[in-house]
Amino acid sequence: MSALAVRDLQVVRGGRMVVEGVSFDAQPGELLALMGASGSGKTTVLRAIAGLEPVAGGSIELGPPDAGSVRLGPGPLPRGAALRALHARVGMVFQFHNLFAHLTAVHNVSLAPVHVRGEARDAAERTARRLLEELGVGGRAEARPHELSGGEAQRVAIARALAMNPPVLLLDEPTASLDPERRADLARTVRTLVEGGRTVLAATHDADFVRGCADRVLLLQAGRIASE
Amino acid sequence: MEADPNDTSRVVGFEVDIAALVATGLGRTPRFVQVGFSNLDPAVERGDFDIGLSGIEDNPGRRARLAVTVPYYEFREVLTVRRADAARFRSLADLRGRRVATLGATGAAEILERARREHQVEPVIYEDDVHPYTDLAVGRVDAVLLDAVLAERGVRRNAALANQSTDMGVGHYVGILGSRDAALRDRIDGLLRAAMRDGRMQAIFTRWGMWNEDQPRLYARVLAEESGSGGPEGPPLRPGRTAESESASAATLRYLPALFRAALITIVLSFVSMALAVASGVLIATGRVYGGGPLRLLLTSWVELVRGTPLLLQLFVLYFGLEAFVQLPAIVAAVLGLGLNYGAYESEIYRGALQAVPPGQLEAARTLGFSQWQTLRLVRGPQAFKFALAPMTNDFVALLKDSSLVSMITVVELTKQTQILAANVGSWFLPGLVCAAMYLAMSLPLSRLARRLEQRWGAGIHA
Repeated sequence: MSALAVRDLQVVRGGRMVVEGVSFDAQPGELLALMGASGSGKTTVLRAIAGLEPVAGGSIELGPPDAGSVRLGPGPLPRGAALRALHARVGMVFQFHNLFAHLTAVHNVSLAPVHVRGEARDAAERTARRLLEELGVGGRAEARPHELSGGEAQRVAIARALAMNPPVLLLDEPTASLDPERRADLARTVRTLVEGGRTVLAATHDADFVRGCADRVLLLQAGRIASE
Repeated sequence: MEADPNDTSRVVGFEVDIAALVATGLGRTPRFVQVGFSNLDPAVERGDFDIGLSGIEDNPGRRARLAVTVPYYEFREVLTVRRADAARFRSLADLRGRRVATLGATGAAEILERARREHQVEPVIYEDDVHPYTDLAVGRVDAVLLDAVLAERGVRRNAALANQSTDMGVGHYVGILGSRDAALRDRIDGLLRAAMRDGRMQAIFTRWGMWNEDQPRLYARVLAEESGSGGPEGPPLRPGRTAESESASAATLRYLPALFRAALITIVLSFVSMALAVASGVLIATGRVYGGGPLRLLLTSWVELVRGTPLLLQLFVLYFGLEAFVQLPAIVAAVLGLGLNYGAYESEIYRGALQAVPPGQLEAARTLGFSQWQTLRLVRGPQAFKFALAPMTNDFVALLKDSSLVSMITVVELTKQTQILAANVGSWFLPGLVCAAMYLAMSLPLSRLARRLEQRWGAGIHA
């Protein structure tokens, strides 16, 4: 009954196979760290799960097979209803956050609940403020992305992903833009999410962060899992 | 005069023959210089050519500013209508509320300007003497008022038209020279009088089918005036000073309301055209960024076609070129021409702006479940709009000024109205200053707006 099942995943970028048959499972309430040198394919694995890279071979299954699981296999990127179903199951926090540059923090968080899930604007904004509050950036709700520090922007990005309440959360290099003190804060935040029953998959090469909070580590080398 | 059908680089016409006659008398060789009809007066005063012979009408303003020869031809103003309307449109009073065409900077234009006040006739000012008649034939105007020479030619070319015999007034053609050339003018007057006396003038006008009973009377009076003896009765040879010969500043003041009206047309025209430019630009840019291969090819070709050809040509094609299929009102052709032309440029701005939105923004939208259309509407579009706003405002300022080109398809906007005033005053100096001040009053606030938008939004979005 895994939250995420990756089977023999292959991804091709620019004519080159960068992920060459990766398989793993992740359970609810588990933080799985994906480690490896730059170029080992860990970000690409995350992007494939998030529906940003077409799958060349193998499969990705999100959620239990019985109750409305979403399966990605070889073929074009999901669109329309398939895309919405996928993103009801998985959220992503980018290394450089990719906050919407024209919106305040709170509107970054409430935009998708209003327009993708059709929530009422007030309710979505209330939820957004509560999430920002929980992540410690409640005071920055009206700030625009360029006014936020790296750590603040990352928290807003996490809040934005959590607002869609996905069971699986992908974090790409979550500690890269943080100073050591902030890294400890982040580790606590992520643990809270995991203990609440979420599955977190973090691509990172920060060994301290992994030691501090990962349940399990996968080491990627040249597009394959070298050790677990 | 017109181009020789056998050799279009040569001009032919009765005035070419008169020029040859004068040149021979002076022992010189005539050389033809092309100058826009409504700018003949300032051009001769500046010295671009020695003498203007081009159906130039005698009027008090010209006499005050320039050295004017004796009149060499007397013409009647003629009202031309469609044959079907010949019974109901006999005079300008019958044309209340209707559009009547003429050529700018002519006595006929002055008559129509008076008829605007007296009979609510709407004058439509053309830049040439051919299109008033073709537009009359297709129904864009209801009558043309021009001199008999042009009216005869217009009716000859359009079987559906008829000239009315109603007396609309008479005028004289004269040659014009710069005010410093009074001595040369006197010599030319002598040559013209000699040619009137010995029948050479009659020979020229007979050759061109323009000789009629009005001319011997005119010549008799011109020759009698020289000898001081009384000639036959007729229209005054030297029109007296009237409202038209007032000072430049008084004329400019009198034209101010008309200039403000014209400026309003410029503003409305610019806003409506810009709205069309923005709408078509957005559609083209979206199609080029999101569309498939054939659509992209089609849109790219359209943009290159529009950007690669002159706006003036596009206006001519829309207004005159499509005449056989659809007769667009001038203002509609103007909005379409300006709007579609600028739309092509706007589309390039928007396309660049859409592509300037970082791909990370689009990926973030995708991982939140937004459809492509939602991403465009909620994330990419709003950010691209901020990139595009400053260049767009700059384009609007450019459009405001380019709108002066539509005067070539009979729309009387600010520049055209100024040109009418300048032709009336015989100088561009004061009218030009007033017109420039009006354009600046419209464009400066827009330029400031562009700078402020750039400062306000240019910074944050790149951080």
